[in-house]
Amino acid sequence: MLTYIIRRVLYSIPVLIVSSFLSFTFVSLAGNPLGQLRIVPNISQNTLNNLSHQYHLDKPIPIRYMYWVEDVFTHKLGNSLQTLQPIWPDITRTLGHTLQVVMTAEILALILGILVGIFSATRQYSFFDYFFTSFSFLGFAMPVFWVALLLQIAFTDIYLHWHVRIFYASGLNSVPGGSAWSIDRLQHIALPVLTLMIISFALYSRFMRASMLDVLNTDYVRTARAKGLPEWRVIMGHVFRNALIPIITVAALNIGAVFGGAIITETIFTLDGIGFYFVNRLGAGDVYAVMAYLVVTSVIIVLFNLIADILYGFLDPRIRYE
Amino acid sequence: MPEPVLSIRDLAVEFATDDGVVHAVDGISYDVFPGETLGIVGESGSGKSVSTLALLGLIPQPPGRIVSGTAMFKDRDLLKLKKKALRDFRGKEVAMIFQDPMTSLNPVLKVGFQLGEAIKTHFPKESDSTVKSRVVELLRLVGVPNPDQRAEQYPHEFSGGMRQRAMIAMSIANSPSLLIADEPTTALDVTIQAQVLEVLKNVQAETQAATILITHDLGIVAEMCERVIVMYAGRIVETGDVHTIFRAPRHPYTIGLMDSLPKLTEDEEWLRPIPGSPPSLINRPSGCAFHPRCFLSQGRTKCREEVPLLHSAEGSGHFAACHFSEELVGHQSKFSESVTA
Amino acid sequence: MSEMTSRPDPRNEHEGLVPGEQGIGRMLSGQAAVVDSTVAAGLEIKARSQWAYARKRFIRHRLAMASLIVLTFVFGVGIFANIIAPYSYQAFDLTNILHAPTTVGHHYFGTDDIGRDYFSGCIYGIRTSLEVGVFVAFLATIFGLLVGAVAGYFGGWIDNLLMRITDLVLTLPALAILLVVAALLGQGSQWRVSFILAGFFWTGLARIVRGLFLSLREKEYVEAAKACGSGNMRIMFRHILPNTLGPIIVNGTLAVATAILTEAALSFLGFGIKATTPSLGKLVASGQANPTDWWLTVFPGLIIVTIVLCINFIGDGLRDALDPTQRRLRA
Repeated sequence: MLTYIIRRVLYSIPVLIVSSFLSFTFVSLAGNPLGQLRIVPNISQNTLNNLSHQYHLDKPIPIRYMYWVEDVFTHKLGNSLQTLQPIWPDITRTLGHTLQVVMTAEILALILGILVGIFSATRQYSFFDYFFTSFSFLGFAMPVFWVALLLQIAFTDIYLHWHVRIFYASGLNSVPGGSAWSIDRLQHIALPVLTLMIISFALYSRFMRASMLDVLNTDYVRTARAKGLPEWRVIMGHVFRNALIPIITVAALNIGAVFGGAIITETIFTLDGIGFYFVNRLGAGDVYAVMAYLVVTSVIIVLFNLIADILYGFLDPRIRYE
Repeated sequence: MPEPVLSIRDLAVEFATDDGVVHAVDGISYDVFPGETLGIVGESGSGKSVSTLALLGLIPQPPGRIVSGTAMFKDRDLLKLKKKALRDFRGKEVAMIFQDPMTSLNPVLKVGFQLGEAIKTHFPKESDSTVKSRVVELLRLVGVPNPDQRAEQYPHEFSGGMRQRAMIAMSIANSPSLLIADEPTTALDVTIQAQVLEVLKNVQAETQAATILITHDLGIVAEMCERVIVMYAGRIVETGDVHTIFRAPRHPYTIGLMDSLPKLTEDEEWLRPIPGSPPSLINRPSGCAFHPRCFLSQGRTKCREEVPLLHSAEGSGHFAACHFSEELVGHQSKFSESVTA
Repeated sequence: MSEMTSRPDPRNEHEGLVPGEQGIGRMLSGQAAVVDSTVAAGLEIKARSQWAYARKRFIRHRLAMASLIVLTFVFGVGIFANIIAPYSYQAFDLTNILHAPTTVGHHYFGTDDIGRDYFSGCIYGIRTSLEVGVFVAFLATIFGLLVGAVAGYFGGWIDNLLMRITDLVLTLPALAILLVVAALLGQGSQWRVSFILAGFFWTGLARIVRGLFLSLREKEYVEAAKACGSGNMRIMFRHILPNTLGPIIVNGTLAVATAILTEAALSFLGFGIKATTPSLGKLVASGQANPTDWWLTVFPGLIIVTIVLCINFIGDGLRDALDPTQRRLRA
């Protein structure tokens, strides 16, 4: 088991290197890092030249990449070209907020999705089943931004008409200095969490149902029944664990999409999250900040994939020996 | 005549499918006597597996449906039992060995655990250590080397033959009175087949269980069974003891089956399969289901219109469902010389 | 040749079961009457071609059929946008801004913040979305097919290399990279956006096709073809490919839906199609600034949902029709 984990970790490293290099190349080609600064009045050519030299902009991209990598480790992702402030504090702050929303949404979606999937499979073709299947299909069809907007409009409307604030439609806090899990904060993140949940839930419930049905029809479940096991033991002991395995893969693959969704929800609900930060910095052409975002997100995705692989190995003994 | 362990009467099972109703089993009756091995022979789709799955309630009830019939086992009708009561029989009094050992064991659970489960379900009071030692003992009985180590392994670490041995071990764990082996060697290599059959024989000797051996392989029937039932299109077409059937089959289908086997001791230029294909179970031919492929029928009306019932043929306990089976008297099967008393 | 064992010819729906060619002749002469009467008595099930079966199964899938009808209607609207839309997309009327839906002046969906007819906007938006969706799916499918086929069939280092690349693309945060590339090129024509999207989507299809080719190349008929001297190209295209068409069609169809959704998201954020070409995503964006004018958000969104839902149902129906051995997810 341990060798398996180590192998997966080692495999992730080259992946990160290549992906960060590709991202860096894209971004460097995209942004004109000094473009914004040139507009600043009174900035001298000298200053520009100095900055250009300092940030190695006169060197070819691969070299710049190496410098950047060095920066990542020594200077914590370096400084933004725009604000000339260190990027790291921004990243940590915004990442924390994003993770709060994303993890809450994912965990809720997983738990609910798995439960609904199990029930749907064991009560196939019942009203419950049809209802949630329809819900899933709808969930796949609705764009994230639309759901977010509708929720925002709906709850703003409620406030405007009935002066009752159920959930906030923007921002992270109305009361400054609250804890991360204060009621105020929860009221603010409720809508973004709901938005992200809907699509993930649709995915997980559908996959869990399919997986359950697959397992329920296997020979080994028939054997279990032939042995005389009560139905609940068949489901909990044999079906559930096997059915869960593909869900892990699905959840891990979904993380990338969820972060994408986070970009959208944070933009709409104006949350101080890493996605919002990214969009801003991208619009401003701030190369290093954008790179920082891409690297951090890549690391997180790879990390989640790693966790998923480990869980997979834990649940399915066949994988450990590959 | 001893009392039968299992008595099936008029069992009929059908399945509702998109294309129509499939009559998988159409009114069959047979007995199984204690300690004997009864072979059920037939092609795929003859209904041989379905009849036994129905016994244990393993037919999913939509789309399947047990239309009629009784299955008396120790004075209880298995087909009428409620789920809970039936569960008491499954794995304890009546046990089943399935065809494909690759997929019949749960891949994520240890083999020893799965065997232990069979015991613990019916004897929950037993201590873990007792169960464990019984599991090891069972594995040893079926010839799995290093049983104490093997019990801690996962199914994918077992070879096909070993897995089937484990399945056999699992089925006899609670000393059942009736063992149903559904094509236990079909998925295995021929050399492993022989080994597994050997194990099955030993196990029967140990437990004195009555066995129903379902197969499409006449060779296995000859080796393992005392009595045989031949099924076609959901009906029994011939039944009798193994010697009589092999020496003097009295149903054209049985004859066809034997004729299609190549004989090692002679030089044959042409193989002789049964012409045509197995019938659709949705639209069965009228009258005798075999008549379109039958060399004896020759288009006679009776075959087309009347369903033949089992009636006595040569020898005691020998029955054949053919209108014209008397015409087969004197017909020596291919194997009649090989069948020694 | 007389020893040639009877392998059922995959092109022939009737399975041969008689070994030995000359055996057939002998058999048939003696038992011809039997076999003929079997067929004549209608006792064998009539064999149909694969596609006929598939079509029959698809038609039985009610939701898929209904979706097909709806989608055809929507397609029609998109294709004939010029005729159906009451106004040109550019026509604005500053005296009539942010008007709620009404029958006056054919403003069924109301007007936007510079007085443009929203109904027309949506109709042209449909056309754009469909063009983008189909184009992206088509490109991605072709490219994914090529890559996947080569990787799956040849295996070895080609497979490894190609799969590492697709794996890599999968671990990148998809939307973010898309946004970066889109920012790189600036707001562009719908075709440029389509190329960018296709550049991402092909990976999913490549994986699937690769898996299929990998498993199918082990089949006996491939071995047989090789033994007959068929070259690799021929085997890939004549033997394996037809058997992979099912999943490819299904995934290609579903890719259209994903492409439409992604393009809408990009346009919504302002990184997609340039402002002068209507896009449903961009239309929804205009609703963000004016939350009380609900029609700005609702209508384009509903249209997207309808299109995507229909495509998904159709994809589901196709999956049922083309591969009945798969578990039905029963929409």
